[in-house]
Amino acid sequence: MLGKLADWNDTIVALATPQGIGAIGVVRVSGKSAIEIVDRLFPAKDLCACKSHTLHVGLLEADGVAIDQVVVSLFKGPASYTGENVVEISSHGSPYILEKIITDITAAGARLAKPGEFTQRAFLNGKLDLTQAEAVADLIYSNTEISRKHALQNIRGGFSSVLKTLRDQLLSFSALIELELDFSQEDVEFADRSQLNSIINNAEKMTDELLSSFALGNVIKNGVQVAIIGKPNAGKSTLLNTLLNENRAIVSEIAGTTRDTIEEVLNIDGILFRLIDTAGIRQHTTDLIESIGVERSLEKMSQADVVIYLFDVNEINKEELQVVIHEMNEKAIHYLLVGNKIDLSSDKVLAEKFANINVLYISAGNKKNVDIVKQRLVDEVLGGKLQTESSVVSNARHYEALRLVHQSLIDIQKGMEINISGDLLSLDIRRCLHYLGEITGEITNEDQLDYIFSKFCIGK
Amino acid sequence: MFDKYDVIVVGAGHAGCEAAAAAANLGSKVLLVTMNMQTIAQMSCNPAMGGIAKGQIVREIDALGGYSGIVTDESLIQFRMLNRSKGPAMWSPRAQSDRMLFHLKWREMLENTPNVDFFQDNVVSIKIENGRACGVKTGLGHEILAKSVVVTSGTFLNGVIHIGEKRFGGGRMAEKASVGITEQLVELGFESDRLKTGTPPRVDGRSLDYSKMEEQKGDDEIVGFSYLDTKKIHSREQRSCYITYTNQEVHDMLKTGFDRSPMYAGRIEGVGPRYCPSIEDKINRFADRDRHQLFVEPEGFNTVEIYVNGFSTSLPEQVQFDALRMVPGFEKVKMFRPGYAIEYDFFPPTQLTYSLETKRIQNLFFAGQINGTTGYEEAACQGLMAGINAHQKAFNLDPFILKRSEAYIGVLIDDLISKGTEEPYRMFTSRAEYRTLLRQDNADLRLTELSFRLGLASQERMERVRTKQKGVETLKSIMKEYAVEPEEINSYLEQKNSAPLLQKQRLSQLLLRPNVDLKDMISASSRLSSLVSDFREDTVEQAEIQVKYDTYINKEKELVERMSQLEELVIPDSFNYEKIISLSNEARQKFNKIRPRTLGQASRISGVNPSDVQILMVYMGR
Repeated sequence: MLGKLADWNDTIVALATPQGIGAIGVVRVSGKSAIEIVDRLFPAKDLCACKSHTLHVGLLEADGVAIDQVVVSLFKGPASYTGENVVEISSHGSPYILEKIITDITAAGARLAKPGEFTQRAFLNGKLDLTQAEAVADLIYSNTEISRKHALQNIRGGFSSVLKTLRDQLLSFSALIELELDFSQEDVEFADRSQLNSIINNAEKMTDELLSSFALGNVIKNGVQVAIIGKPNAGKSTLLNTLLNENRAIVSEIAGTTRDTIEEVLNIDGILFRLIDTAGIRQHTTDLIESIGVERSLEKMSQADVVIYLFDVNEINKEELQVVIHEMNEKAIHYLLVGNKIDLSSDKVLAEKFANINVLYISAGNKKNVDIVKQRLVDEVLGGKLQTESSVVSNARHYEALRLVHQSLIDIQKGMEINISGDLLSLDIRRCLHYLGEITGEITNEDQLDYIFSKFCIGK
Repeated sequence: MFDKYDVIVVGAGHAGCEAAAAAANLGSKVLLVTMNMQTIAQMSCNPAMGGIAKGQIVREIDALGGYSGIVTDESLIQFRMLNRSKGPAMWSPRAQSDRMLFHLKWREMLENTPNVDFFQDNVVSIKIENGRACGVKTGLGHEILAKSVVVTSGTFLNGVIHIGEKRFGGGRMAEKASVGITEQLVELGFESDRLKTGTPPRVDGRSLDYSKMEEQKGDDEIVGFSYLDTKKIHSREQRSCYITYTNQEVHDMLKTGFDRSPMYAGRIEGVGPRYCPSIEDKINRFADRDRHQLFVEPEGFNTVEIYVNGFSTSLPEQVQFDALRMVPGFEKVKMFRPGYAIEYDFFPPTQLTYSLETKRIQNLFFAGQINGTTGYEEAACQGLMAGINAHQKAFNLDPFILKRSEAYIGVLIDDLISKGTEEPYRMFTSRAEYRTLLRQDNADLRLTELSFRLGLASQERMERVRTKQKGVETLKSIMKEYAVEPEEINSYLEQKNSAPLLQKQRLSQLLLRPNVDLKDMISASSRLSSLVSDFREDTVEQAEIQVKYDTYINKEKELVERMSQLEELVIPDSFNYEKIISLSNEARQKFNKIRPRTLGQASRISGVNPSDVQILMVYMGR
């Protein structure tokens, strides 16, 4: 229940535009600290010193890494939509850029707005008249309906069963703690501390894993690892350069963690793709690309989220290609087959030569069909599904909630370490249950009692 | 024959007695009507007060100027502070009472309360005019007028008692049920339903062999319940309870009666409490357990009667008896009274406002089991609140309402009227979201001033609280100043397995260590002991708790602060939910039925989503 409803004094952030890939997206921030918070991510200017109703162009950055080139609009309260300080950030409309911006702004101190909260603040600050109340209410209602439909099973990546396990664990943990308190006089077996410790450690580990595998945590933070492999002269470096050249604006070189590995970062529709071990491609290290390149590339293939197997359509036969496919299927590798140098062949010949094999045909040198490769990479990540506005928001919301669950779990662990009493521990437990409740539905005191009464013989 | 009263209280159980006392002490002219003056404040079930969460409630009643704490202190035969090993929010006083003395003390206190009249009769209906209660009609045919009426009917409304296949009307064993009030109120549109509860057999203590049982003694120190000085027995005079266990034979014997059990034969339709199951229920639901604990509790100083706690049953008497004989120590048991189950009417409490007044009929108040609760403490605190509010209403004064952040009483009433209840409602500490603030040690600091301003808590109480407050503040600043020397405390710390001091440390810092205790430190250091010798023990303890748990207390206070924005947004009585089409249907229905007083209450109604509350907020506008 705590914090279940809007807190008036917070600074809130949300997507202000319905968004589709390729369009412009607007992220709106409102509240006392709106300008300071955005300023932290906008090194180009001191926004706090700028006048109201002004526009500012620059790079939005988080932790020194550029997110996107954006336009920032400043509105100082009360002359703003909500009557508070408002900053609007217009960026490219990709869901990933928008999610990243929203996540970074929450990390900088804002809170995700509840459905309709901007309009509500506008109303409460006297910016809208009473006849608009119904419209506001409808908006809250419909947004809530969308997110309600966007229930557990829709969470990207299918974490619902893990979340359910996590919920069950925390319910049993909290109920076992409450059992010690409200029913200490009962003749039941109380869980010992090592048992409780193992539940909480397990939950902490699970949450940690969940966080790092969460779409946002992974795709937004770390990007998608891509490996390009193939025989010498298949055209790997040409493809790489073609892919990169077109994206120079938002591409940077980052020294990798592995010795003499260089990663190229590629941004397609806001999704970060990390092309791993491009050093190998650049230097044409011959021993790396012996035979068909598969054995030597195993290690980097296993690191990659997606493998592009690039081949010269004129130099390979179907049987050879089938060996490659077999190898990759065997190792459960996510791959794209890309046939290069089609300008030296014809569609008809290729269709015959590689019949029944799903190949993307390109000519890297002529930049032909490279866009299709990019589109396919994006599709691989999105699973072919377009993300709706609410899923962008609900993903960011879930990520934030889970992060707070994790934080409270660590507080609980600390409390357990110094062996504080359950009633004091329960302050952190309640916080933890509250945040988990934002994803899985609330765990109430009744749920705990149900658990206790179903598992233990209570009552004199 | 009768004067016109300000407040009539129907029923003289724990709720009725507190209601009568509170209204009278506020200045109302009160009539307490009961079917039997010999059973005023009768403990119908176990002879005990307090326990976890319930003990906190009794402390709150006392802090507000109710009588339950004083009566309990002056009639107890054993006292224990439960949960001492946990944090202070969990410390819970519990007393074993002398059943007869408890009744006598209550009656004596009521008789000594100016403005309380008594009449022994059975109320058959409420007198209602223009949608307001204005008196009662009795079985003997009297019409007695009053400005407010408080109904505390306990288990008496259409009570039906079950023992095995026997079934008869009754409000308690050997007492008649009460008929008429339910029928009248249902006719007026009230919703009523059935609940069930049960009680174990009472046996002859002379027939028991205590050598086969485990003794459970009282504490060395009797802290008690009242913040006033009460006449308590010396700790040496306490009576012990005893613990024994059922076994497989007992269970097998009980099972021979299952075919005649009113529960399993479906003769009982009321819902019983899950946390107070009958012995047959325990055997049935937890078949893997080969034994269940029984508490053998004396009923008083001057009786051999014993209460067999844990053996609540409605099986046939012979089966009860045969099974009891198989319990270690009970081989020669003689039974005084068999256990039984009782079903009774209650009115789902969502039909009430925060003042415990019914929404349908003004000036009519309900308290206790009629609202679906169970337990003496739960009943008594509702009685107190209903009595106060019946007085307030009679004199057109503002209702007296406690918040969830102020008292367990506030939690209880808010839960009842916002969520209703499916089974007899009992308090648990886990129901209170601000448990760390609602402690038994600070009920006086939390509540006495509120009650004093109302005119209920006495000047004496208020002065005590002020002295305590002042003492606590002085002590806290002393603790912040006082530097503990290594040599004065290290032997104690060593003994506690706590790291010895290498240099001086502030007392307030040292107290933050989890296993150190100020009381022990005082007895370890004469310098410390002379420092606090001018203060009462409860003042020293209070200062220690406030220093030691400062972080936790403040965390919770911040939460209260955050939520208070919602709690203070009052929804107008006339608010029309029908015009808001954006509300979900479920929310609209619930809002219409419960008519929440604040947005905070609205947010706690089950089935209501945060978005529904936001929509409400928008409509309430600026």
